[in-house]
Amino acid sequence: MYVEENYDVVVVGAGHAGCEAALACARLGLETIIFTVSVDSIALMPCNPNIGGSSKGHLVREIDALGGQMGINIDKTFIQSKMLNQSKGPAVHSLRAQADKAAYSMQMRKTLQETEHLTIRQAEVSEIIVEDNRIAGVKTYSNAVYHSRAVILCTGTYLKARCLYGDVIQKTGPNGLQAANHLTDSLKTHGVEMFRFKTGTPARIDKNSIDFSKMQEQLGDPRVVPFSFTTNPEDVQIDQISCWLTYTNEKTHDIIRNNLDRSPIYAGVIEGTGPRYCPSIEDKVVKFADKERHQVFIEPEGIHTTEMYIGGMSSSLPEDVQYEMYRSVPGLENARIVRNAYAIEYDCINPNQLLPTLEFKKIKGLFSGGQFNGSSGYEEAAAQGLIAGINAAMEILGKDQLVLERSESYIGVLIDDLVTKENHEPYRMMTSRAEYRLLLRQDNADLRLTKYGYQAGLISEERYQWVLKKEKLILDEINRVNTVNIGANAEVQSLLAQFDSVPLATGVKLTELIRRPELDYDCLAPIDPERPELPYEVREQVNINIKYDGYIKRQMKQVEQFHKLEHKKIPSDFDYDAVDSLRIEARQKLKQYQPISIGQASRISGVSPADITMLLVYMEQVYRGQKGNHSNER
Amino acid sequence: MQTDTIAAIATAMTNAGIGVIRISGEDAFAVIDRIYHSKNHNKKLSQCKSHTIHYGYIYDGEEMIDEVMVLLMRSPNSYTREDTVEIDCHGGVLVMKKILDTVLKNGARPAEPGEFTKRAFLNGRIDLAQAESVMDVISSRNEFARKSSIQQLNGTLTYKIKDLREKIIYETAFIESALDDPEHISLEGYGERILDKVKSMNQELDRMIASYDNGSILREGIDTLIIGKPNAGKSTLMNALLKKERAIVTDIAGTTRDVLEESIQLNGISLNIKDTAGIRDTEDIIEKIGVDKAKSYIEDADLILYVVDASIPLDKNDASIMELIAGKKCIVLLNKSDLETQVTEQEITDRLDAVILSASAREGDGIEELEAAITKLFLSGEILQNEEVYITNIRHKDALIQARESLKLVQESIGSGMPEDFYSIDLMNAYVELGNIIGESVGENLVNEIFQKFCMGK
Repeated sequence: MYVEENYDVVVVGAGHAGCEAALACARLGLETIIFTVSVDSIALMPCNPNIGGSSKGHLVREIDALGGQMGINIDKTFIQSKMLNQSKGPAVHSLRAQADKAAYSMQMRKTLQETEHLTIRQAEVSEIIVEDNRIAGVKTYSNAVYHSRAVILCTGTYLKARCLYGDVIQKTGPNGLQAANHLTDSLKTHGVEMFRFKTGTPARIDKNSIDFSKMQEQLGDPRVVPFSFTTNPEDVQIDQISCWLTYTNEKTHDIIRNNLDRSPIYAGVIEGTGPRYCPSIEDKVVKFADKERHQVFIEPEGIHTTEMYIGGMSSSLPEDVQYEMYRSVPGLENARIVRNAYAIEYDCINPNQLLPTLEFKKIKGLFSGGQFNGSSGYEEAAAQGLIAGINAAMEILGKDQLVLERSESYIGVLIDDLVTKENHEPYRMMTSRAEYRLLLRQDNADLRLTKYGYQAGLISEERYQWVLKKEKLILDEINRVNTVNIGANAEVQSLLAQFDSVPLATGVKLTELIRRPELDYDCLAPIDPERPELPYEVREQVNINIKYDGYIKRQMKQVEQFHKLEHKKIPSDFDYDAVDSLRIEARQKLKQYQPISIGQASRISGVSPADITMLLVYMEQVYRGQKGNHSNER
Repeated sequence: MQTDTIAAIATAMTNAGIGVIRISGEDAFAVIDRIYHSKNHNKKLSQCKSHTIHYGYIYDGEEMIDEVMVLLMRSPNSYTREDTVEIDCHGGVLVMKKILDTVLKNGARPAEPGEFTKRAFLNGRIDLAQAESVMDVISSRNEFARKSSIQQLNGTLTYKIKDLREKIIYETAFIESALDDPEHISLEGYGERILDKVKSMNQELDRMIASYDNGSILREGIDTLIIGKPNAGKSTLMNALLKKERAIVTDIAGTTRDVLEESIQLNGISLNIKDTAGIRDTEDIIEKIGVDKAKSYIEDADLILYVVDASIPLDKNDASIMELIAGKKCIVLLNKSDLETQVTEQEITDRLDAVILSASAREGDGIEELEAAITKLFLSGEILQNEEVYITNIRHKDALIQARESLKLVQESIGSGMPEDFYSIDLMNAYVELGNIIGESVGENLVNEIFQKFCMGK
């Protein structure tokens, strides 16, 4: 007979999404099983060897504030760390850490293994079992059945995966791992609409064949900031490994142009749509034809490997062209390729089939996260995995599900974009996608989101109390600073002179000095004798909140407006056909997406502001009509 | 939203050549079927194609009321986007009323004022700015306000706002792409570049906001400027028009020390009259006021009342005045007709294309003729039209002011050396505010506005 087992939650896939999903469920006490085609590939980083970066760093901090694992895992396994965009405003500061890939993967596997209620199983899930529009479990290729109350699909790039370069096509997942060839058909049988996307990765080159003297060294920050709010900053002050910067040149571009017809993408062999924002070097040469050079970052893959990741030069050109192309770059003249660059295409879903909870609209109990949902990137995957995991657990536990708003998190933006907007390419998080980013800084992710992690049960009482205390310390200190006046005395003038700041003509408020671009809260400590001793994370918040006070207030006003529409809920049985004045296209889109609020409806492409006005007018009329009826009854 | 069927007389309630009764709504065709008979009594209009015209008769039961042409417009290709029928009938008040009564008896209800427009708006046929303009046309008190409203109806305002919004979104998009792709898009020197653009957008907003104040006056009247050399009788004329002693009148040249403004109603038309100062101790009035200032007065005016002292010959003062006002809509008043006349009409018509009247402002002679001439100019619509967009709606003005405030904050951010990512906050605020005018931003306020404007949800 075939194996048959019972679980609360089945997680399919043990990448960055699957790990977060499984950990969340198991930590909440649910019996959870996580499937992977290879237990050696848990939390594998098959592409870039880093975590974070512009806007992705925000995601990692938010994951951490909600009780996820990614931040803790990278803090334990990073080999270099940098806060990006420091010359810009605090909204776009982003943390990025280079990972020791093998260590990252191993550390995550260790965490999974040590988590109670969590079972790791190597097997290919080939079918989902659905009964009465409700998920009932999964079946593996070996015909074993795993009954469960929720299933979370995090299949990444493995579904019917094909790896390509030149005319070489291999039917494998990333890194030559086994593809999952059966699940797609089962999903289609249950009415799930599938897309085909593609992405790519550059070659890995042996460090010993690289001439670093022709490149610029990229050092980590002298003082490393950890990703996790739970990591002691002293623990991450390690010896860091350097990255290197070099550039392509006209010769490189000529080689690429002359061989474009041999690229499977330009030759039309690839069916999937690739990411515009993470383009291959071929795409860049075509798109920015007048650019004389492009940046190439040489990044170590870990401590125990000599492989270097060639950032910025992902490609699917044939092997011989790859050699020629990489070797045209200064420092890579004698490069020995360890692994070829390749493009990978895979099946994923049209994510508009999902609710903002990441549950399928049509199949209760079926959730999904990560590249399976049409996103790209480890951080985007982890964020969705965590939310899918939390919501699957909440559903089983009969508690309120978690939907983060665009106005409170990048995760909210990410998921709302996925389920609401039309995605025709792998979705990548970017700062520009967040409308209220001045409020959604990486430095205040804990203040924004810890409460949700606590409500879900993933954040300890102690940690939550600390955030509440921190909030109070910040507020108290801001209130105190607001009342401090500074006289134009000699001590003050000499401090100002020290920072090249214009001397005072008369007394001013301390806040005015903090707002000067060349000054900040910390540097004014000597002339603010009443100042209490506060930890850095509190001082940082005080400084930002005072310095950018006007902007923050204006952004909060925008959020207020946003909330008005966001909190106008649309009943799930709303009859769009009753609203005559809607345009046909808008009506179709609204019926298809079934937005939960007017706000979400307004973001669906094909629904115009005029349509939304009509919807609002209609709802208002119905509402006033109902009010009228009530008064008549009295 | 089920819509009932409404009907109204669409033309003026006067005895005119033709009248139009308009029916709009789900039952428009059913209603017309009940009352329309073709010549052979065999045509059903509900079976006919959209956008066709049919000759026939309107019957109230057995009684034939009028011989008509009926225009059919099927949803969505009509003004309201609903099924619409228009009955062209003979223009007598009685006939029109009778047909309307018949229509109402057969399934339509009387339309409220502006209800066709309300439906056009609710059905997405016109945007809010356009709908508001229609309401303004309906309620506007004179020709100019009507023309300004029609400008908006045609989308001049919408076009201008869209243009500004496009400029703003372009800058925002540029900043955002540079943040996302710093390698390929540089913000080097961007602050200075955008500063110029923001300044020029603000100037445009300034002009539009200022036009509200002008527009408001114009809405109640036409800017009329009284001009003439010292002691020609300008103030006396103004008083005669005002029929009260507003301006201090003496026989000493140069008594009026400032520009006086008054509003009067003339046969139901509002006039906003400005009396320019006569200046003492000078031969050359234009030079004394300052050519630029005089020009700007003249420029702003919709109508010039040029007062000529006909008791003395034209001099170089008159020559320079006529040079400046050439091309403007103008009425020349040969004043002091009670004295011996030294100026002929020919001397004026040689240099000006104007209506010329003889008057004695002091005696009150010719004032009625002047009023009649002004009225005639209005009714014939011969008022010079500025091509600028005029803001005539307080909601629009408020939104423009908000947008301007936001753009000023962008200027401040640039000035104080804030990083570029801060600009977006205020740029987007300006963008949304402007969108509120044309209904391209979605907001609570807009819906409230609609409910107020159209008295809905009663």
